[in-house]
Amino acid sequence: MDIFLQQVVNGLTLGSVYAVVALGYTMVYGIIQLINFAHGEVVMIGAMVAFSVITSLAAAGMPPLVVVMLGVSCAVPVCMAVGYAMERLAYRPLRRAPRLAPLITAIGVSIILQHLALLVWTRNVIAFPQIIRIEIYTFAGATVTNVQLAIIALCVAIMAGLAFLVYRTRLGTAMRATAQNPQIAGLMGVDVNRVIAATFVIGAGLGAVAGVMVGTYYGVAQYTMGSVLGLKAFSAAVLGGIGNIPGAMLGGVLLGVVEALGAGYIGDLTDLCRYGWLASLLGEHCAGGGHFILFGSNYQDVFAFVVLILVLVFRPSGLLGERVGDRA
Amino acid sequence: MNALFDTRNNPKLVWAGVAVAALALLVLPFALAQVGTSWVRITNYAILYVLLALGLNIVVGFAGLLDLGYVAFYAVGAYTYALLASPQFGLHLPFWAILPIGAMVAAFFGVLLGAPTLKLRGDYLAIVTLGFGEIVRIFLNNLSRPVNITNGPQGMAHIDPFSFGGFDFSKPEMLLGIAFSGPIKYYYLLLALMVLILVVNVRLQNSRIGRAWEAVREDETAARAMGINTTHMKLLAFAMGASFGGVAGGMFSAIQGFISPESFVLVESIMVVAMVVLGGMGNIWGVVLGAVLLSFVPEILRWTVQPLQEALFGRMLVEPEVIRMLIFGLALVLIMLYRPAGLLPSAVRKRELADERAA
Amino acid sequence: MRYSKLALVCIAAAAALAGCSKQSSDIKIGHVGPITGGIAHLGKDNENGARLAIEQANEAKIKLGGKEVKFVLLAEDDQADPKVGTTVAQKLVDAKVAGVVGHLNSGTSIPASPLYNGAGIPVISGSATNPKLTEQGYKTQFRVVGRDDQQGPAIASYLANYNKPKTVAVIDDATAYGEGIANEVEKTLKAAGIAVLPREKGTDKTTDWKAVLTKLKGRNPDAIFFGGMDATGGPLMKQGRELGISAVFAFGDGACTEEMAKLAGLAAEGLLCSQAGIPVAAADKSFLEAYKKKFNVDPILYAPFTYDSANLLIAAMKKADSPDPAKYLPELAKITYKGATGEISFDAKGDRKDAEMTIFTMQGGKIVPLAVIKGGKTIPFADFGK
Repeated sequence: MDIFLQQVVNGLTLGSVYAVVALGYTMVYGIIQLINFAHGEVVMIGAMVAFSVITSLAAAGMPPLVVVMLGVSCAVPVCMAVGYAMERLAYRPLRRAPRLAPLITAIGVSIILQHLALLVWTRNVIAFPQIIRIEIYTFAGATVTNVQLAIIALCVAIMAGLAFLVYRTRLGTAMRATAQNPQIAGLMGVDVNRVIAATFVIGAGLGAVAGVMVGTYYGVAQYTMGSVLGLKAFSAAVLGGIGNIPGAMLGGVLLGVVEALGAGYIGDLTDLCRYGWLASLLGEHCAGGGHFILFGSNYQDVFAFVVLILVLVFRPSGLLGERVGDRA
Repeated sequence: MNALFDTRNNPKLVWAGVAVAALALLVLPFALAQVGTSWVRITNYAILYVLLALGLNIVVGFAGLLDLGYVAFYAVGAYTYALLASPQFGLHLPFWAILPIGAMVAAFFGVLLGAPTLKLRGDYLAIVTLGFGEIVRIFLNNLSRPVNITNGPQGMAHIDPFSFGGFDFSKPEMLLGIAFSGPIKYYYLLLALMVLILVVNVRLQNSRIGRAWEAVREDETAARAMGINTTHMKLLAFAMGASFGGVAGGMFSAIQGFISPESFVLVESIMVVAMVVLGGMGNIWGVVLGAVLLSFVPEILRWTVQPLQEALFGRMLVEPEVIRMLIFGLALVLIMLYRPAGLLPSAVRKRELADERAA
Repeated sequence: MRYSKLALVCIAAAAALAGCSKQSSDIKIGHVGPITGGIAHLGKDNENGARLAIEQANEAKIKLGGKEVKFVLLAEDDQADPKVGTTVAQKLVDAKVAGVVGHLNSGTSIPASPLYNGAGIPVISGSATNPKLTEQGYKTQFRVVGRDDQQGPAIASYLANYNKPKTVAVIDDATAYGEGIANEVEKTLKAAGIAVLPREKGTDKTTDWKAVLTKLKGRNPDAIFFGGMDATGGPLMKQGRELGISAVFAFGDGACTEEMAKLAGLAAEGLLCSQAGIPVAAADKSFLEAYKKKFNVDPILYAPFTYDSANLLIAAMKKADSPDPAKYLPELAKITYKGATGEISFDAKGDRKDAEMTIFTMQGGKIVPLAVIKGGKTIPFADFGK
């Protein structure tokens, strides 16, 4: 049972990362119904910029927290600039085009960003400098590190901050209005272009923070880290209800936990030798404590996709309901 | 240029053009072989991409369903061939039996993957098909345990080349005094297959089914109101598109003699989508153009960029592969911004995209 | 459409001809490896090794058949993709190279080998470890590095004899290399009577191993073997220690690099790993110095092997006094040569005879050789080379 708890802890951390990345997807989709494929690459750029800064400062002897903060404060503006450029150059001209066009453009932007990052930072895996001392806490048989706790706390804080922004500020109201109906919002005096740009910029900034979180947690960054992460985070956003900010958090955490528990237990669940009557059918495979595992942890990556497909088939509006405008 | 395709007004010119083009295509491999047999191989792979693009064109261009996981059908076709014609299970069925089986298996997967997506709208459909493509690849990569079906990441080697009678497609031979190398023989087979599939596509586009697809693409609700069974039409589109991918996959297996899941990654799906979009969605000839361009340009880049950089800078600053992907991404963005209907737009698309922009 | 194809062919022909304006009296030796892609740093390392050999050969002003010859390296990128690998192999065959060093990956070497064999061009790989490569019966295929079915048993038996674990967990990264070596390790461990847990897998891009490791923690293995590269092995070990797993971590040559220290930090201390051949540090000093001087970096992994491969081709040509593959291939098959990686000769299949395997551990952030396994015997490193 203690490993169950451990898996849940792992899943919560993984899920927090997914949640923060999913926010970027959900915000953009909520406002202009576009799947911003390139968001995963923005997260990657955030991680890489932060790594570069942190690596160059690592030897300076400043306290680790300060170094990480400096890294974040360099990554966020860079990612915001990238987000703004994306919106202005690639997506704004296509706002009235049929759905297919911005989707394909997004794929193109994602490819461009990935390979620009490749040129700047080379293909090698970059290791996160070991400046943070890992403290391991044990409780009820499970271990949790200080980094994990920090990530989960940060995720909650970001969620609270974003909720405050969207529900308590004028910009937030303008964003919700634009999401509901851009034309009427425009008539009401909302500068729709500025609001959409702001959404992209905020989403990109969050992506930068997510990138630093991922880099710090796993200790590695590579130019390809954005694509798989992006897909899974998008699945999380859909799971929670696209366009719905609390939905992104719920979806992210849920997906993380499902992945962790799935990878941990699916091997045992599908081990046909455990089921007496099947074991006799399989004869020598199961003899002497053998195993006949149908789906092992190798299928870990598949979980996100399966979840996505199941949600879209059975409950397309997600767990908490989607919030998108009337764009037919 | 349009006069060349206008059969009604100057039929003689069109037939003359067709004859010239046919002659050029027939002589092409020997011309290429003078530069190097690797160019014949590259052309063969380009024709395979043309087949894939034509298949995807049915799904994306005719029926308007954005499929980002098309490579799954390619993989299914390739693995079906490999399973039935290699040392893996000791089966060595002849190619004319396996290719139809591959097409049918792929069509089955097409229906399987299409069925859950029927109610989804554009972008969700894209993501779900992407997910399916990845799922198929992961399965193929992991089906080595508990029972070894696909040999997992090691891939399947020693796949039988095409042969009938004593005529083996992979060995060089002398016929009528001309040397036919393996790739050249495959070229003619692929050329014949491409012509066949082009004919099928053209006939499909102008048939009841093709018009039904167009109706579904334009306005699904109206199509249903007109009595078209949209569910059947969509599934048919998936199945037909997938079957072409399956046939291409079988040929790929035979030509390369070795397949592994690495050849069927997401980037390949996106590449085929780009070919269709770049060339002109829904326009058969546009799709062929897109496929040819996107297949040859990276090879040309690889042959020219490296010596150029070495001459200018003394060493390679930017790898050709990176340049190719940057150009590719840029092309996707620019095409969508400035010519969204593609290089050779279909007349219908041009109208609808122009109208939308003006609105 | 057809016009653009013709036009493209003309452009291509022009470009190719422009590139081919060099002399034809140069002897071309090809090198193929992934210069782009995830393991580009290893591909470049391999290419550098071959390049150094070619350069030194040119400085030595070798004469073949009475004429002074110049060697030229045709370096190609196969992107670790079998499709590109076969295209590139065809390109080298068309260019009538005298010999090929490469490819790096078994996954590209195997499909390319029939092409080289059909043209009679000898090809020596310095890093492809899949046993199938030389089991195909091609007389032109050689390798100077050991095979996975030698390396796997080497690390497994070292683990079994020196650490004496009761249960071992085996993880691989679902690539041809990772799965291959993990299979060999599992076989050897089982034959030694050690209990092996059901195989766990990741991918070659997995960074989050916590779920798999937590599951293993519940089973409490004494040792964990991972078949994969350092990019995934480093995070694996780091996360394992974070979870409180105290088992011995063992790796194959893909994760036997100093990157592990960077990626896993202090957690990497005490890991065990194997490399085919002798350690880079034990390679011939003159090679190491020459490499460092020319490229400004130390060799990473297989550069000494590609260096030896290129030199083997040249040495065989010298013995046969001709660059013609038909003439020097028999010499290559029976050659004995002392290279940067020790003494080399080939067996009937084209494998290196008595290929050595070295077992390393990580001490103070550096990989340090522990023992060399040669011909089934384990020699502590301190005694090796005496």
